[in-house]
Amino acid sequence: MTDTTAPAPSRVLDVTSDRARARVRARYRKEARFRAYGLIAIGFAALFLVVLLADILTKGIPAFFVARAAIPVTLAAADIDPAGNRNLNEIAKADFAAALRKLLVAMFPYASDRASRRQLMALFSSAAPNQLRDAAMADPNLIGNQVTLPLLLSDDADLFFKGGITEVQVQPAKGAATPSGTEGTIEISSSGPDFASELGEVKRQISAQLRSVRQDVDANGQLRARYQAQVQDLTARLTQARAAGDKEAAPTLEQALAKASGDLESVSANGRQLEGRMLELKAKAAQPAAPEALDPNLPSLLVHINGGIVKATEVAGDRIKGTVIAPLGSAAPAAAGSWSTENILTPESTRRLGDREVVWLEAMAAKGMITSGFNWSFFTTGDSREPELAGVLGGIVGSALTLLVTLGICLPVGVAAAIYLEEFAPKNRFTELIEVNINNLAAVPSIVFGLLGLAIFLNFFGMPRSSALVGGLVLALLVLPTIIIAARAALRAVPPSIREGALGIGASHQQAVFHHVLPLAMPGIMTGTIIGMAHALGETAPLLLIGMVAFIVDIPHSVNDAATVLPVQIFLWSDLPEVAFRAKTSAAIIVLLLFLFVMNGAAIMLRKRFERRW
Amino acid sequence: MTMVYFGLLVIAVAIAFMVGRNRARALKAGGSPLHSLPSYHGAFLALCVGLPMVVAFIVWMPTARVVIDDRAIARLAGDVQPKDPLAREARLRDIDRIAQGGMTDEQLAAYPESVVQAGRSAASMRGWSFAGLLAVGLGLAALGFHFGLQRINPQFRARNVVERAVKGLLIACSFVAVMTTLGIVMSVLFETMRFFAKVPPGDFLFGLQWSPQTALRADQVGSSGAFGAVPLFAGTMLIMVIAMLVAGPVGLFAAIYMAEYATPRFRAWVKPMLEILAGIPTVVFGFFAALAVAPTLRSLGLAMGLNVASESALAAGLVMGVMIIPFVSSLSDDVINAVPQSLRDGSYAMGATRSETIKRVVLPAALPGIVSAFMLAISRAVGETMIVVMAAGLAANLTFNPLEAVTTVTVQIKTLLVGDQEFDSAKTLSAFALGFVLFFFTLILNVIALHIVKRYREQYD
Repeated sequence: MTDTTAPAPSRVLDVTSDRARARVRARYRKEARFRAYGLIAIGFAALFLVVLLADILTKGIPAFFVARAAIPVTLAAADIDPAGNRNLNEIAKADFAAALRKLLVAMFPYASDRASRRQLMALFSSAAPNQLRDAAMADPNLIGNQVTLPLLLSDDADLFFKGGITEVQVQPAKGAATPSGTEGTIEISSSGPDFASELGEVKRQISAQLRSVRQDVDANGQLRARYQAQVQDLTARLTQARAAGDKEAAPTLEQALAKASGDLESVSANGRQLEGRMLELKAKAAQPAAPEALDPNLPSLLVHINGGIVKATEVAGDRIKGTVIAPLGSAAPAAAGSWSTENILTPESTRRLGDREVVWLEAMAAKGMITSGFNWSFFTTGDSREPELAGVLGGIVGSALTLLVTLGICLPVGVAAAIYLEEFAPKNRFTELIEVNINNLAAVPSIVFGLLGLAIFLNFFGMPRSSALVGGLVLALLVLPTIIIAARAALRAVPPSIREGALGIGASHQQAVFHHVLPLAMPGIMTGTIIGMAHALGETAPLLLIGMVAFIVDIPHSVNDAATVLPVQIFLWSDLPEVAFRAKTSAAIIVLLLFLFVMNGAAIMLRKRFERRW
Repeated sequence: MTMVYFGLLVIAVAIAFMVGRNRARALKAGGSPLHSLPSYHGAFLALCVGLPMVVAFIVWMPTARVVIDDRAIARLAGDVQPKDPLAREARLRDIDRIAQGGMTDEQLAAYPESVVQAGRSAASMRGWSFAGLLAVGLGLAALGFHFGLQRINPQFRARNVVERAVKGLLIACSFVAVMTTLGIVMSVLFETMRFFAKVPPGDFLFGLQWSPQTALRADQVGSSGAFGAVPLFAGTMLIMVIAMLVAGPVGLFAAIYMAEYATPRFRAWVKPMLEILAGIPTVVFGFFAALAVAPTLRSLGLAMGLNVASESALAAGLVMGVMIIPFVSSLSDDVINAVPQSLRDGSYAMGATRSETIKRVVLPAALPGIVSAFMLAISRAVGETMIVVMAAGLAANLTFNPLEAVTTVTVQIKTLLVGDQEFDSAKTLSAFALGFVLFFFTLILNVIALHIVKRYREQYD
């Protein structure tokens, strides 16, 4: 109640002047900017999601396919079944690795020394001999006959065919070439500039090295100057101290001087070495046409000529010197176009397969032996230390068992608790405590549940470590609050008229709830349960603490067996150094995400189909 | 054996139910009106049979186990008698393995003679114990059956009895949540107290050195290890701050846009997108952080002349921030939607633009809710494990430079407790002390945040 409404100084609403318009424009600009912030925020989240999924898909999808080498195999009866009686027990004991080695040496006769044989065998998975054995055991009639078996390659060989090891460039030659021999170290000279680009690459590398050595030399010069100054300073102080007859300072200074001189000496030696290297590199860089040696830090150059392969060790513009990897058919000159050069771009020193291995793999591919197929074994085997053999079945079965335990506990308990709290509980301190408790429990970090499992289930009750039983119990406690909250919301959504109707025709309170309210709330409860289960399926941290991180090869058969779950399998694989496991990890993530999408999709379907709005 | 017992229990209960129901039906057919439906009489009889059997099992099994274990240990010869609880555990495991049977003579030969005998006697005692349990359980069931059957008559209020039992079950189930909290508190509290008996709490909470190694020899230098947790707290805070710097603005702006500007069509696209982001398991985020984000940041840093650690706090924090975005945005979305439309309309009527309304009216009104959303997000970030385990380091550096590697409380808990552990060492116990700190820190945040949300809801409802 204002006492006087003093006539306010009349204010003219200024909406037409330029200043006012500018003000309005500024306000609208602010508005647009504010709106854009929101869009940018959503765009950021969307972009991240897209990048994440794209990254995992591109990394993971190749792992669903695997390269096999379909080698014509002759299982010589003399090796496999010397007795000739086709006794399965004896066949099982035969040395199939030796048989495979024999086959490979027959394919690449020039690779018959010990080291080469080992490298050849390493191109195949350690399961390849077992594949031979399985084939021979399944059909002993194969022994002595030629069959074509698709054998599993090693992870590196597999990666090579997926383009994960190196890029390879093949160029037909422009000039005619003359090899100087067919074996050992030979020289090939071409009438065209076939090796000029390789030489250019080498020279570029030398220039780069020269630049870095120059920097080193400069740095070394500065260091030397500093040590020289230090030595001079110390010498001066030492003379001073001696002159003053300072008995205490002199020995310390002497020691320091000795150390500084020693440092200076080593720095100078290093500097001389660097300078020598710099001069050497300078000389090389100054002559762009001079021949250069190739080392493993450079892309490899292979020459395919007259049915053989030569690896270049020294290159000039029109000729190379090199060692023969596969012997040449003849030393006759090859016409332009009938021979080719091959550049393996990743340097040999940083590559997991050497030049010879690449050559063998290419030879097999050229004969059409390499086939790529869907990697079914990824879904039918357990974990393994060998990437090409590792599968997710152990994780999937472990996850299924764990979720079964979780579901079996937290669905009945959660629904019962929700019914009590929503329908029967009186409003008092005790029920309020339970409610606060449930809400808090939903926000407790998941690793704390791992501590609970470790201290109570493992150490106190002595349940089996790393079993699906304990994992399921821990996850049940973890998702229980989620399910209780969802079930309460579903029960609350059932209109009171249903209850009242039931009570009105004489049902008891419990009959009204169990016969009428609960069935109507069931779709909502199931939706909440599936979402809770999806949450449990993706949970990792608490399971690490109860020992589900062990390396387990066997597929678990019961809830008491040691098991691992899919997310933990992902965690374990992500830690392994092999490149192939990275793809496997992404592939396992894809499997996990598929399961999650299916579960969430089912929840959405349930919600759409059965949810009733009153 | 457990399976056999429970199989029998199920059969007994089913029989009791049918007998009870049929008895009641017969009474009804005899012309006397029943108080309760026949199936309630059946359920009552089933209860009379099942409950004693369950109680017998729950009482018998642990008691029998303790008795059998004591007897088996007592049978051991003097030289293989265990001297401490740990050795006792190990010895009992041996005995258990032998008692399970199915071992070859060669395998048995690896154990001392008296252990094998103890195992065999344990096996026979177990057999007797199970026979005893069966006798007691079935006897009690028969007594219960007799008792129940006598009670069944037309006036008997079977429904009330059954409903009381069901209600008891419901209460017990809702008590599980309380038991869980209690279990968590107990398990971390006891171990933490044992830890503080070895390491003073002051050293743990305020010490600057963290290197929980255990010594091979007692006289080794630094054998006690250093348990100053400040570097871990600092690392956790650093990563949490980075995560919140990402999730806070992005989540809040996304929520504002979704609540105030977005068309229904746009919402229909973006909401599922955020739900997908929220549904991605943390181990996937961790993999992405460690193998995609961290190397990218490192090469970016090198290009700019910065030395970024390959396990930098920045990578872990960034990815964790993205993980929490849906959390912040959905909670904030809720509270912004809860602001009454009348407040907005009033502001529009005064000529304010939408953004002015949001900044001056909606956000201040929603502030308590947004603060609590942020607090819940912080508790999420502090307790998150997999991202930091995979993308953050193990070295406990006390630094606030986001480009360096730091470690967090959760990483240390995981590292200390995975693999072989000795249960009395300060090293293992320190993980529980860290868990204790983590639990209470997040608990306080949650309690405050949930309290604010609750009061706030009441205000506008």
